[in-house]
Amino acid sequence: MDPIHQFEIKNFFPVFRIGGTEIAFTNSALFMLIALLLISLLMIGATRSRALVPGRMQMLAEMSYEFVASTLRSSAGPEGMKFFPLVFSLFIFILAVNLIGMIPYAFTVTSHIIITVSLALLVFLTVVIYGFSKHGLHFFKLFVPSGVPIYILPLVTFIEVLSFLSRPVSHSVRLFANMLAGHITLKVFGGFVVMLGSLGFLGWLGAVLPLGLTVALTALELLVAFLQAYVFAILTCIYLNDAIHPGH
Amino acid sequence: MDPMAAKYIGAGIACIGMGGAGVGVGTIFGNYLAAAIRNPSAAQGQFGNLLFGFAVTEALGIFSLVIAFLLLYAV
Repeated sequence: MDPIHQFEIKNFFPVFRIGGTEIAFTNSALFMLIALLLISLLMIGATRSRALVPGRMQMLAEMSYEFVASTLRSSAGPEGMKFFPLVFSLFIFILAVNLIGMIPYAFTVTSHIIITVSLALLVFLTVVIYGFSKHGLHFFKLFVPSGVPIYILPLVTFIEVLSFLSRPVSHSVRLFANMLAGHITLKVFGGFVVMLGSLGFLGWLGAVLPLGLTVALTALELLVAFLQAYVFAILTCIYLNDAIHPGH
Repeated sequence: MDPMAAKYIGAGIACIGMGGAGVGVGTIFGNYLAAAIRNPSAAQGQFGNLLFGFAVTEALGIFSLVIAFLLLYAV
């Protein structure tokens, strides 16, 4: 009945050890592999025939391509398309992992902050490394907006640097917190149903309310699972835009 | 004070932050509706921005909910 129990990491078998730390194959790794397998099967299977008039599966693949591509083009410009593989993989991976997590008894990989921080740091380091290698020291223009009076420029620059550095934090915590809170809420309301149901006939009547709410919350969580993957992808596009076009 | 009591009080106080997210989400949907009634033909084009704003704002409320949950179950 403990709602936090669902996030427990279980070691299936040890793979190797580094120093004193054992690196094991966990249920988190298992579900990431399942997501990877599903995505690969779906994408490779859907694009195998490459018909001029697409079938249902090919339509799905083309729509998801065009969806991410138009988002990237509109927020990072045509030069941003060289980052399309990164953004598309991030979006599809997070979407698949979030949706698999909605299946009862499945494990939600993105409800662990270590996973989301790794993804957010990947984006952050890509922005920093690409920005410096493309623009050199001109990348610092990102922190010095033009047209600001000279006497408040130090303050504005300080705030810009601070907001730039806090990006990976908010980027990762947003996804992690949404998945964690959503799944705990579902389990708490599911717990209400069980608690009321054990009281007898009157309890059953009362249990209808939390049961209906659980169904509604599941629908909301499906929306959130998609939206958070989309938000992660669009924020990635916006951050990449800073690396491609620094200076406001 | 009993530390358990402090834990529950803290979780309750943390949930106050969700009120801010409520104001924010209400502002977003309210302004969207007001604009959509004025110019219904442009409304469909801004639906993606609406959902994006909703998700970003809602996340801030979720942060405080996570603090409450962590206090309740993880501390």
